[in-house]
Amino acid sequence: MTSEQTAKFEIVAREDFSDATYLLEVYHPLMAKAARPGQFVIVMAHEHAERIPLTIADYDTAEGTITLVIQAVGKSTREMQQTCTVGSRLHGIVGPMGMPSPLGQAKKVLCVGGGLGVAPIYPQARGFKEAGAYVIAVIGFRTNSLMFWQDKFESCCDEVIVCTDDGSAGIEGRVTAGMELAIGRHADIDECVAIGPPIMMKGAADVTRPHGIKTMVSLNPVMIDGTGMCGGCRVKVGGQVKFACVDGPDFDGHQVDFDDLMSRLGRFSEQEKSAMKRWSESCRMAQQVPDAEPSGPDPEK
Amino acid sequence: MAKKKTIRTIPQERTPVAEQDPQERVTNFAEVSHGYSNEEALLEAERCLMCPEQPCVAGCPVSVNIPGFIQKLSDKDYRGAYDVITSTNLLPAVCGRVCPQENQCEGVCTVADTLEPVAIGRLERYVGDMAITADWVNLPYVEPADFRVGIVGAGPAGMACAADMAKAGCEVTVFEAFHESGGVLRYGIPDFRLPNEVIDAEMGNLEKLGISFECNTLVGRLFTIEQMIDELHFDTVFIGTGAGYPSMLGVPGDSLNGVLSANELLTRCNLMHAKEFPDYDTPMPPARRVAVVGAGNTAMDAMRVCLRLGAEEVFCVYRRSRTEAPARAEEVHHAEQEGIRFKWLTNPVEILDDGQGGVRGMRCVKMELGEPDDSGRRRPVPVAGSEHDIDVDLVVVAIGTNANPIIGQTSKLSLNKWGYIETDENLATSMPGVFAGGDIVTGAATVIEAMGAGRKAAGQMKQYLGIRDIDVPYRLEGADTLFGIDQRERNFVRIRIPA
Ligand SMILES: Cc1cc2nc3c(=O)[nH]c(=O)nc-3n(C[C@H](O)[C@H](O)[C@H](O)COP(=O)(O)OP(=O)(O)OC[C@H]3O[C@@H](n4cnc5c(N)ncnc54)[C@H](O)[C@@H]3O)c2cc1C
Ligand SMILES: Cc1cc2nc3c(=O)[nH]c(=O)nc-3n(C[C@H](O)[C@H](O)[C@H](O)COP(=O)(O)OP(=O)(O)OC[C@H]3O[C@@H](n4cnc5c(N)ncnc54)[C@H](O)[C@@H]3O)c2cc1C
Ligand code: SF4
Ligand code: SF4
Ligand code: FES
Repeated sequence: MTSEQTAKFEIVAREDFSDATYLLEVYHPLMAKAARPGQFVIVMAHEHAERIPLTIADYDTAEGTITLVIQAVGKSTREMQQTCTVGSRLHGIVGPMGMPSPLGQAKKVLCVGGGLGVAPIYPQARGFKEAGAYVIAVIGFRTNSLMFWQDKFESCCDEVIVCTDDGSAGIEGRVTAGMELAIGRHADIDECVAIGPPIMMKGAADVTRPHGIKTMVSLNPVMIDGTGMCGGCRVKVGGQVKFACVDGPDFDGHQVDFDDLMSRLGRFSEQEKSAMKRWSESCRMAQQVPDAEPSGPDPEK
Repeated sequence: MAKKKTIRTIPQERTPVAEQDPQERVTNFAEVSHGYSNEEALLEAERCLMCPEQPCVAGCPVSVNIPGFIQKLSDKDYRGAYDVITSTNLLPAVCGRVCPQENQCEGVCTVADTLEPVAIGRLERYVGDMAITADWVNLPYVEPADFRVGIVGAGPAGMACAADMAKAGCEVTVFEAFHESGGVLRYGIPDFRLPNEVIDAEMGNLEKLGISFECNTLVGRLFTIEQMIDELHFDTVFIGTGAGYPSMLGVPGDSLNGVLSANELLTRCNLMHAKEFPDYDTPMPPARRVAVVGAGNTAMDAMRVCLRLGAEEVFCVYRRSRTEAPARAEEVHHAEQEGIRFKWLTNPVEILDDGQGGVRGMRCVKMELGEPDDSGRRRPVPVAGSEHDIDVDLVVVAIGTNANPIIGQTSKLSLNKWGYIETDENLATSMPGVFAGGDIVTGAATVIEAMGAGRKAAGQMKQYLGIRDIDVPYRLEGADTLFGIDQRERNFVRIRIPA
């Protein structure tokens, strides 16, 4: 059954940050109005596609658009990298899903984004700034050429610390190094928000734990419906089972069982590899994309 | 009319239905039951005693006029039979297939006192299927009303409510979170029990009533119930978002990668076509030896899906005995025929780790039935020292669901202590103009009960809007006039009369 809305999910802008990371702006006025920092959508690129969750990296009520920043890691995201051109339409996009991030009463906030997590941390940083907090952003990339949105952060944060693994921009090291630096400078940080690959969020939570700084992380387990119906997205937080799509995706980083999350992210790795292999073989364009070996979203960051 | 039938004069045996051979069918997703042929249907129709007191009708949650439609069937007035059924039940081909008839209409059939009950469900399916093949549609004459009705959730409850409101002339929009409509019919119940074409055909008829569908719409998050009234200007709203939020086992090993809910397994397989992976992108977890915990319809569906996906051995692990199994009798029977290994009176205590995040087995205890509990069923208690392991690599959990939290999280509606939406006996919620029904009110129930709730709510919504009804005949397809219709043969629809 095709609804009228299906025809509306048009991609109105696109930007490529690197050969693996791209930005899409999708026209969906109601969603642009409803979206809040921390929420996500589920996208189906075409009729045979899987449902993949993507964070709402930005939204513009005036233009009626939402922004997605996507890293091409496997079949679905690589295929979208090729097919999602300006003027094309998505088969489905539903959201905004999940609980909005609680932008509490914090006065001084550390917003940490690693790799792709840089995009979804942006609306949070902006939200905190609008709520009157002093905002320090720590954004980390593998290398200079993968960097994006530094200017956007500079326009809404009080301080921006860029980290690169190879020192090609900002300070050399992971985001945890940038966090140590910020915490060293400001003893009064009362909240930290960290988004990125699980291993990075785990590292970030370890940095703040001895300082007793409340730390929220955004979890990214495998999802299907995103409405609390399947339980595929369950995570362990403080010893309890939670469904990330309706109870989260933000949770207290000091309570999250990251090892459980990382293990569950590998649930379908065999099938993902075979889908990727089959797709690259069937698709000559794909063979021009370097590094066709699928991997989790940049585990290094 | 023919001379009165008695229990002695009717065919004594319930007419059997042809089914795909069990060995064959576990290799495909085609429908198990072929349904009655014309001769079989007429023969089975002979078995109805046309009881004046109609106990079967009272047993049906939407009061289908059972002897009425069976009479038409016997008279070979198939279209008439269809009209009789669809005046109360909009989805006969669906309900004939999935209703737990033994607890509803057939359970109280007079014939069942002595013999096997009349196969009401199979007859209903026969008529429903015939309508699909012949493409019959009953488009009612509708007096337009200036009311806008919003329906949340395109499951049986929402669809039934939508259809009644459309027939009352309202402008109806159904909002559905998934990319397709149908609710559990689509994502839960597999093809071999309810083919997609049947859902498409019967749901498609509802669309012809002029209902518009907005899929990919998560109500509560894209807009709230309050906004539906205040900003989107719906005059009345019905919530039929179903149950959801599956319970997990809560035993050690619960979050291992080889453990998933039946809802997840079935959604992957049915809605997302994982059975056709890699033609469709959604993958299925690998399953060689499977344990499904639970013995309801959901559990039976999950087991039989696993078999069809190539599992070598599938166990059903249930803490009570076969008598207490909540699934439709026919499903348990079919599952047995297909070679499911039932482990009644068995309960899991731990899921065993294979050292790589996967499952290598499940530790169980034997149970015995003790004193009756609140539900009146005898409470199962573990037998000391009966621990044993079964060798499985996938565990599917089908032990029930809790309330879906989204509407509760995002609106001011009152919920009961379990999180289901609270309504009065007229299905009105705590918010004026907002009604609710189906699994989100009662907890997991049946398709026809959900449809019944949708229709009941529609009645109340019409009253709330001040729509008063009278009966008028259906318009024949293609005819511009209401006249010339044989009123005895045609169904009636209610329309509004000015107050
Ligand atoms: C709440 C949430 C927000 C997310 N936001 C973003 C985002 O803004 N940008 C972005 O690029 N990615 C985001 N992701 C991850 C993104 O959904 C996955 O990268 C994508 O599904 C991978 O699909 P694939 O076929 O390209 O790769 P695959 O080869 O299928 O998988 C690569 C890895 O992605 C993960 N993954 C696979 N399928 C899913 C699924 N259905 N749901 C979640 N994870 C999956 C697994 O860890 C897997 O190992 C988010 C995930 C979640 C849960
Ligand atoms: C596997 C399985 C097998 C079953 N077998 C049988 C059977 O054989 N016979 C029988 O009688 N019953 C059976 N049942 C039970 C029956 O299917 C349900 O009782 C019935 O479908 C409930 O109908 P409903 O309309 O209340 O909800 P659902 O069918 O659950 O539909 C609810 C719909 O609302 C949508 N929704 C949820 N939240 C939102 C939101 N916030 N915004 C928009 N849309 C939303 C959902 O996506 C869904 O499509 C079975 C159930 C399952 C799970
Ligand atoms: S709708 Fe279900 S319960 Fe009612 S008569 Fe038909 S099969 Fe029986
Ligand atoms: S109770 Fe049985 S025999 Fe009597 S009318 Fe109903 S279906 Fe026929
Ligand atoms: S994605 Fe299905 S419950 Fe969260």
